[in-house]
Amino acid sequence: MTAPLLSARAVTKRFGNRVACQGVSFDLWPGEVLGVVGESGSGKTTLLNCLAGRLAPDEGTVEYETAVMGTVDIHRLSEARRRLLARTEWGFVNQDAREGLRMGVSAGANIGERLMAIGARHYGNIRQSATDWLERVEIDFDRLDDRPTTYSGGMRQRLQIARNLVSEPRLVFMDEPTGGLDVSVQARILDLLRGLVDSFHLSAVLVTHDLGVARLLTHRLMVMQGGQVVEEGLTDQVLDDPHHAYTQMLVASILPV
Amino acid sequence: MPDTNAPQAHDAAYNYAYLDEQTKRMIRRAILKAVAIPGYQVPFGGREMPLPYGWGTGGIQVTAAIIGRDDTLKVIDQGADDTTNAVSIRRFFARVADVATTTKTEEATIIQTRHRVPETPLKEGQILVFQVPIPEPLRMLEPRETETRTLHALTEYGVMQVSLYESIARHGRISKGYNYPVLVNGRYMMSPSPIPKFDNPKLDRNPALQLYGAGREKRIYAVPPYTPVKSLDFDDHPFEIERWTECCAYCGSTESFLDEMIVDDQGKRLFVCSDTDFCESRRK
Amino acid sequence: MLPVLHVRGLNKSFVMHAQGDLALPVLRDVALSVAPGECLALVGPSGAGKSTLLRSLYGNYRADAGSIRVRHHEDWTELVGAEPRVMLDVRRHTMGFVSQFLRVIPRVASVDVVAEPMLRLGADPEKARQRAEFLLGVLGIPERLWSLPPATFSGGEQQRVNIARSLIADYPVLLLDEPTASLDQANRDGVIELIQQRRDAGAAIVGIFHDVAVREALATRIHDVALPGVQA
Repeated sequence: MTAPLLSARAVTKRFGNRVACQGVSFDLWPGEVLGVVGESGSGKTTLLNCLAGRLAPDEGTVEYETAVMGTVDIHRLSEARRRLLARTEWGFVNQDAREGLRMGVSAGANIGERLMAIGARHYGNIRQSATDWLERVEIDFDRLDDRPTTYSGGMRQRLQIARNLVSEPRLVFMDEPTGGLDVSVQARILDLLRGLVDSFHLSAVLVTHDLGVARLLTHRLMVMQGGQVVEEGLTDQVLDDPHHAYTQMLVASILPV
Repeated sequence: MPDTNAPQAHDAAYNYAYLDEQTKRMIRRAILKAVAIPGYQVPFGGREMPLPYGWGTGGIQVTAAIIGRDDTLKVIDQGADDTTNAVSIRRFFARVADVATTTKTEEATIIQTRHRVPETPLKEGQILVFQVPIPEPLRMLEPRETETRTLHALTEYGVMQVSLYESIARHGRISKGYNYPVLVNGRYMMSPSPIPKFDNPKLDRNPALQLYGAGREKRIYAVPPYTPVKSLDFDDHPFEIERWTECCAYCGSTESFLDEMIVDDQGKRLFVCSDTDFCESRRK
Repeated sequence: MLPVLHVRGLNKSFVMHAQGDLALPVLRDVALSVAPGECLALVGPSGAGKSTLLRSLYGNYRADAGSIRVRHHEDWTELVGAEPRVMLDVRRHTMGFVSQFLRVIPRVASVDVVAEPMLRLGADPEKARQRAEFLLGVLGIPERLWSLPPATFSGGEQQRVNIARSLIADYPVLLLDEPTASLDQANRDGVIELIQQRRDAGAAIVGIFHDVAVREALATRIHDVALPGVQA
C-alpha cells in the first residue's frame, strides 16, 4: 500500500474562544496503533472525535484511504457515506460501553447489528457469527441472549469491542477503552485488544491518559498538552527517552508498583 | 339497516365534507406527494376535528379531502360496519358530504378502515383509507424524530432487523402479530397501521390506492396501485400469516381473519369472520 | 566482508528539564561498522554510554545527529530521523534487541511471548510454536513453565525467555545488552553457544558483555565507547 490509511493535516478545533486542539498532523499507516496521551483538557478526545468524523474541525483535513473508493476527505463526504464508513470500515470503542451498545437488546443482537445493517438476512448465520465473536472476546456463549444490562463493566466493554469488530473494520478508534475498570479486568481487555489487533491486522488510534496502556498497545505515541502535540515518535522511544519537558514530567509521575 | 343508502342533502352549516377548501387543497397536495414517494411520511397541517385524537381524525381528514358527490363510502372498524365508531363516521360523512354510503365492499369507491383490510379483493379505482395511530415504524426502537427521519433518508433500517432478531431470540419466532413492518417499493419502511399481519399480503401490488392518515402525528403516506409491499423477515424465518384450526361459525370460511368470541359464562368460544360484510355475503 | 551496520558521527545527549534543563552529553561522534559474522563488544566504564549507544541503534533512544545505516530488504536504510513505520519494519525483519529486562505482559504464556516475533513475520503458528518450544528447551526452561506467563518467573528464567524471543527470528543484526546478566554458569554457557551459532551463521552482533569470559567467547572486535571519534 503506498498511501497512509489515515492522514491528518493541521486539524484544529475551537469551542468559542477556547482552542481544544491545534494544528495536529500525522500519517497513520496500516497495521499501526497510534496512541494519543495527555491529561484532562489536553484535547486528545476532541482530536479523536475529529478523526472519527464525529466533530467537524474548524481548520485542517482528515483523509482516509477507503477499501474501494480511494482516498476521501471524511468531512467532505455526505453524511450517508460517512455513517456507512463508520459502520463498516471503522470501529469506535467508547470509554463507557453503554454509549456504544444497545442496552435493551441481547448481546447477539448487538453483535449482529452491523451484519444486519449491511444486508445479512439469515438468522442462523447471524447468530453463529455473534457466537463466534462472543467466544473471541471471552464471554460465555450462553450469555448470547442476555442483555448488556446483566453484564459486568468488563463484559460490556468486551461486548462493545465485539460489536465493532464483527464488520472487520480496518481502523478502530478507541477512547480510554479500559478507563474505570478494575485492574485485573483492564489487563484482560488490554490483552484481548493486543491479540485482536495482531490477528486482524487492525490499525487504531487510541486515546488514553494511562502510559502503561500506551506502552502495551501502541506502536507510536503523540503526547498532547493544552491542545498541542508536544512530542511524538515510537512509543518505547517517547517513554524511555522523553525529550519535551511535559513528557519527562508525565513519565516521571508514574507511580511505581 | 339497508346495505346502501342514497345521498341526503348535506348540512348547509358546514362546508362540503366539513373541511374548508384551503385545507382540502393542502391535504390533497400532501396526498400527491405521498403517492409520488410510496411509503414516505408527508407532514401535513392537521386540523381540529369533531372527535379527539385516537378516534380516526387522520383517516377522516384524508377521506374529507378526496370525497365527492359521486363517491360511495364504506366505513369499517376492525372489519365491522356496525360498531359505534364506524356508524358515527359513516353518518358524519353522509351528513356533511352529500354522499351515498354502503356496507358492501364491491360497491364502495372509498373505504375508510380502522385496523383491517377487507377480505373481498379490491379493484382499480377504489381507495382504501387507513386510520393510523403511530405512523413511524421505528418509533418503538428510536424515540427521536430527528433520528428516525435521518434513518429513513439514509435507508438505515438495521435497527428494525435487530428488533426482529431479538424477537426470534426471545420467542423462537417473529412474534409481532399486527402493525408488522413492511418495505414499500423497495425503498421506504412503512407501518401498515395496526392491521393484523394476516392482511399484509393484501397490500402487495393491490389494484386499489392505499392512503394512510395519522391525525395526532399529522402525517400522511400512500401506496399507489400495484406497488410492491414486502413484509420484513429472515431467510430462515420467512414471513407467515396467522392460521386457525376452526372455520367461521356463521359462514364456514377457512380463508378469512377470525375473531374469537366468548359467548357464555362457561367460556364457550366461537370463531367468527372479523369482516362482517364478507361473512354476510357468503351467507346469502 | 561488507558491513551491514554503519554508524557515523552519532551524537546524543540528554536534557533534564526538571533539573533546570541540565544537558548531559553521552555520545559524541561515535562511529563503527559491523559485518556479518562479526561480534562487536562495547566496552568502557559505567556511564560511558554503552547502553545508550545500543539503544540508539535500536531507535529506543533518539539520536540528536549523525547516521545509523543498516542493510534492510537489500538496501541501505537510514535510521536517524526515520519515520516510525520504517523503524518498526526494521525491528520486525532486520534488527533484534535483547534488553536486560523482560518487559512482562500479563496473561501471555512464555511460549507465546517467544513465538510472537516469528508470528509477526507471518510464519505458520504451529511452526512458530514448535521453534519457541525448542528454544525454551535449549535454554533450560522447564516444560511446565511454557504455558505460564513469565511474571512469576525468577530473574534468570525471565532473561532466558527474553533471549529466546530475540533469537527466534533470524535477524541479520542482533543487539545484546548484557544477555547473561541474571544467569548461572550452566545457563550462561547455553546462551553463549546459541549466540555463537548465530554469529557463525552470519549475524552481525553488537553487544555489551560485562563478564570477561562471555566477552572472550563471543567478541570478534572491541569498541571502547569512552574514546570519542575512534573508528572501529
